[in-house]
Amino acid sequence: MTDTVAITLNINGEDHRVSVEPRRTLADTIRDDCGKTGTHIGCEHGVCGSCTIILDGEPVRSCLMFAVQADGRKLRTVEGLAKGNQLHPIQQAFIDNHGLQCGFCTPGFLMLATSVLEKEPDIADADLLDALSSNLCRCTGYQNIIKAVRQAAIEMRGAGK
Amino acid sequence: MKPAAFLYHAPRTLEAALTLLAEVAPQDGRILAGGQSLVPAMAFRLARPTHLVDINGVAGLDRLAIDGNVLSVGATVRHAAFHKADPAFGVLGALLADVVHNIAHYPIRTRGTMCGSLAHADPASEWCLTAITLGAEMVAKTAKGARRIPAADYFQGIMSTALEPDELLAEVRLPLLANGTKHGFYEFNRRAGDFAIGMALVTYRVENGKIADAHVGIGGIEGSPRRVPEAEAALNGQAPGKVAFEAAGKATAAVVDPIEDTQTPASYRRDLAATVVSRALERAAA
Ligand SMILES: Cc1cc2nc3c(=O)[nH]c(=O)nc-3n(C[C@H](O)[C@H](O)[C@H](O)COP(=O)(O)OP(=O)(O)OC[C@H]3O[C@@H](n4cnc5c(N)ncnc54)[C@H](O)[C@@H]3O)c2cc1C
Ligand code: FES
Ligand code: FES
Repeated sequence: MTDTVAITLNINGEDHRVSVEPRRTLADTIRDDCGKTGTHIGCEHGVCGSCTIILDGEPVRSCLMFAVQADGRKLRTVEGLAKGNQLHPIQQAFIDNHGLQCGFCTPGFLMLATSVLEKEPDIADADLLDALSSNLCRCTGYQNIIKAVRQAAIEMRGAGK
Repeated sequence: MKPAAFLYHAPRTLEAALTLLAEVAPQDGRILAGGQSLVPAMAFRLARPTHLVDINGVAGLDRLAIDGNVLSVGATVRHAAFHKADPAFGVLGALLADVVHNIAHYPIRTRGTMCGSLAHADPASEWCLTAITLGAEMVAKTAKGARRIPAADYFQGIMSTALEPDELLAEVRLPLLANGTKHGFYEFNRRAGDFAIGMALVTYRVENGKIADAHVGIGGIEGSPRRVPEAEAALNGQAPGKVAFEAAGKATAAVVDPIEDTQTPASYRRDLAATVVSRALERAAA
């Protein structure tokens, strides 16, 4: 064991002061040290995308970063999407379009889609498909996920105006 | 699937990073750039570095700018910086935007770096193919000084380069392309975002209706990406079109020494080499 390092992660606007070994991944830290278990871990080597979070506005695989690298930075996880009982448009769109079955991959898809649509509200459909191809879903299939994200894109564009 | 323990360093200046690297390199201390190849390797315990020198906070390494007739790409410039073709980079900008969408996935491109790809030197790296095809130059720095390595001397086989353990690839310099230069990229793999089984990048100019200065590069086929002089010879002086493009593909297949893996025999990659070269040429002409 190496010495732990004291860091502060700002997750969904809330500071979490934790002490971690440098080898601890951001994904494990978010779940085990900060208690935000909405972020899922599938493969732990960057392939599945279920650990996707938003780091300073960019979607990242949280299993491919060490928590020490996120010290002092702003993270967003699936827990931050809804405002109280009011679901985020992307969450509602996944329900409306049957974009999930078991739900394992869903937090990753929600954070991926949210960040892409926030960064590029008018994203071309081909680019949206390219972005969505980043994550794996083993049970719903991709058509309903794509439908859901297209619906959310329209709603988020409307809300932005 | 948890990385082994290491000591973490986050220098703020290049001098500090190079001094640290000189100290820790002899004990398998390594640079951490985007982490998109190194962290998976550590998760599998294929890599167990004792120290990581995280260069993400090093001032100045994120420089992306034109220096005379080259585009200089600093060590922390992410793949995603090339998602949209920057008109200031001319034809080269369009070529990089065309290529980048084939590298991994969007959230990996927000972290991974071009220099990290060049240091990692996967045989199927799109940036390694780009560097060799265009004739890039690598700028390697140590605490003692700097040297420039032409792409032709840089790649030394599967995941092996001319970089020494204490050298930091501070910058890659890509030559700008003359206006009107044609470029085409074609990659074959089985799933979106996977590493290429085979790919080709080509550039050429058209002078008096004939192909001039053809560059034909292949990646994923052999241990390192490389240019194929035989294919270039089959193109230069010919009219752009199906006949010349297929001849270049055939010339490539005739000379490659393909790698094999459990799913793909060498004979498959040899055939694929012809196809990716002729399709990249068709795209360039389109
Ligand atoms: C699911 C998945 C799919 C992928 N698909 C592709 C693909 O299709 N094509 C592709 O090309 N790549 C692919 N990658 C890899 C990705 O492009 C990496 O970003 C890249 O290979 C390494 O860059 P990095 O900045 O992440 O480097 P790191 O992972 O940080 O480092 C990789 C290695 O290079 C060394 N290094 C890094 N930077 C420097 C430097 N400046 N000087 C000296 N040494 C340095 C490190 O010490 C380490 O040994 C994929 C990755 C994943 C997880
Ligand atoms: S757990 Fe991070 S990509 Fe699979
Ligand atoms: S909903 Fe089950 S893996 Fe996607």
